[in-house]
Amino acid sequence: MAKQQKTKGRHAKIILWSVVTIMLGATLLPLTGYIYVGVTSASAQATEESNPRANYWRAVREGGAGYVASQGPYTTNTLIQNGGQNWRQIRNGPVSTYTPWLLAAVIGAILIFHLVRGRIKVTEPRSGRMVERWGMGERVLHWYTAILFIILAITGLSMLFGRTVLIPLLGPEGFAAWASVARLAHNYLGPFFAVGILIEIVWWIRHNIPNATDMKWFAQGGGILTNTHPPAGRMNGGEKLWFWIICTFGVAVVVTGIILDFPNFEQSRETMQLVNIIHTVAAMVWIAVAIGHIWIGTLGSEGSLEGMTTGRVSEEWARQHHDEWLEQVKSREQS
Amino acid sequence: MARMKFLCDAERCIECNSCVVACKNENDVPWGVNRRRVVVLNDGVPGEKSISVACMHCTDAPCAAVCPVDCFYTTDEGIVLHDKDLCIGCGYCFYACPFGAPQYPEQAAFGVRGKMDKCTFCAGGPAKNNSDAEYAKYGSNRIAQGKLPLCAEMCATKALVAGDGDMVADIYRERVLKRGGRPQTWGWETAYGAQG
Repeated sequence: MAKQQKTKGRHAKIILWSVVTIMLGATLLPLTGYIYVGVTSASAQATEESNPRANYWRAVREGGAGYVASQGPYTTNTLIQNGGQNWRQIRNGPVSTYTPWLLAAVIGAILIFHLVRGRIKVTEPRSGRMVERWGMGERVLHWYTAILFIILAITGLSMLFGRTVLIPLLGPEGFAAWASVARLAHNYLGPFFAVGILIEIVWWIRHNIPNATDMKWFAQGGGILTNTHPPAGRMNGGEKLWFWIICTFGVAVVVTGIILDFPNFEQSRETMQLVNIIHTVAAMVWIAVAIGHIWIGTLGSEGSLEGMTTGRVSEEWARQHHDEWLEQVKSREQS
Repeated sequence: MARMKFLCDAERCIECNSCVVACKNENDVPWGVNRRRVVVLNDGVPGEKSISVACMHCTDAPCAAVCPVDCFYTTDEGIVLHDKDLCIGCGYCFYACPFGAPQYPEQAAFGVRGKMDKCTFCAGGPAKNNSDAEYAKYGSNRIAQGKLPLCAEMCATKALVAGDGDMVADIYRERVLKRGGRPQTWGWETAYGAQG
């Protein structure tokens, strides 16, 4: 009896070990194929790396540089630069295809809003009491950058879309004459515009720090659809948003513009391609938002423009659009 | 109709720069402008090779695609030319070109560019053939005289070959068959596409 059990136990052990061995063997042995592949591919890679001729011409195709005896500002020591084709396809493709739709969408939205909702009127009748809103310096700075912005936008758009839009209208010679002037104006006025934008940012940043009032202003969508006027300080949420768009997109345009404008610092072609795309896209966003700014400052909202032309706004306009600011002005006058 | 192409045989080019000199002299190219240049790879070490490169007169020319004033045109013989009366010197063609062909003279302060200048395959420009106006703007028009570009004509080792693409390819094929080794039609795929 005891002997029988012993034999049974040994049988069970043998069966168990056999199964384990077969399972492990069946699992691991096929994996040795990887070792084989690993070893052979390593040696194949080694032969590939040691083929100097293939490496040589691959380096050429990938933009490898050599020595050039000829000298000149545009004489390069590479045989092939591949970035150009990418730049061409991005510029002539998505950039010039989609960014006009951005402008069209903004203009369309404004048009629909203006036709449906009409001009935002000052509800209280004018009492004749005026409040000073923009000092002489601020107004000069605003119109200085505004005029330059419009010139730069028109000339810049001519560079991107003139071939499609203006050549059929003006003819090749007519457009080339305009493009020549446009390029000069764009390049020479750009740095002056950059200075204006930087002064604006430094001058107006203290009025444009976001606060709790702005959050409420945005929560109500600025009251533009509900025909209400949420509370606002000297700058409302929308104006602050415009300021920060200038600080981001605007600064991107200005910085990339300076890089493009002064090609005498030996910027590489790759740099110029990247910078040109950033400049174009950021500028198109800026122009789209600026169209909204121009509309609301002139046709969109009654009484806003006189603030930036004469420097003073009616007290009724101030109470409606910037109630907290009006209170500050009044309390300052009383004290 | 011929389809004009350049081919530089890297096994033959010895960087003598005769092509560069011939081009400069024939076309009266101003100082600092190089319509053609010779690039030396691995300069001074074993395996050094030199290649003469100019405008390759691409089939789908990137310069023409990005030009804001659309001043480029391709002749019946596949030569890419441009109209200097339209050019505004914006520099876009230089950014787009794979071969670094477009050049700009009259560099004024702050890198202001003049009108673009590049290899014309010695075919002048849109002005009247072999007129003084054409010569002043674009250089020689040897094609109109039934001649090929002077850079290739001057090449002492016949490394630089210019002419109809099929004939150029035949000459090169014959060379490769005789000397053995693999062909290297440098730049052709970039300029003329996989189909040639």
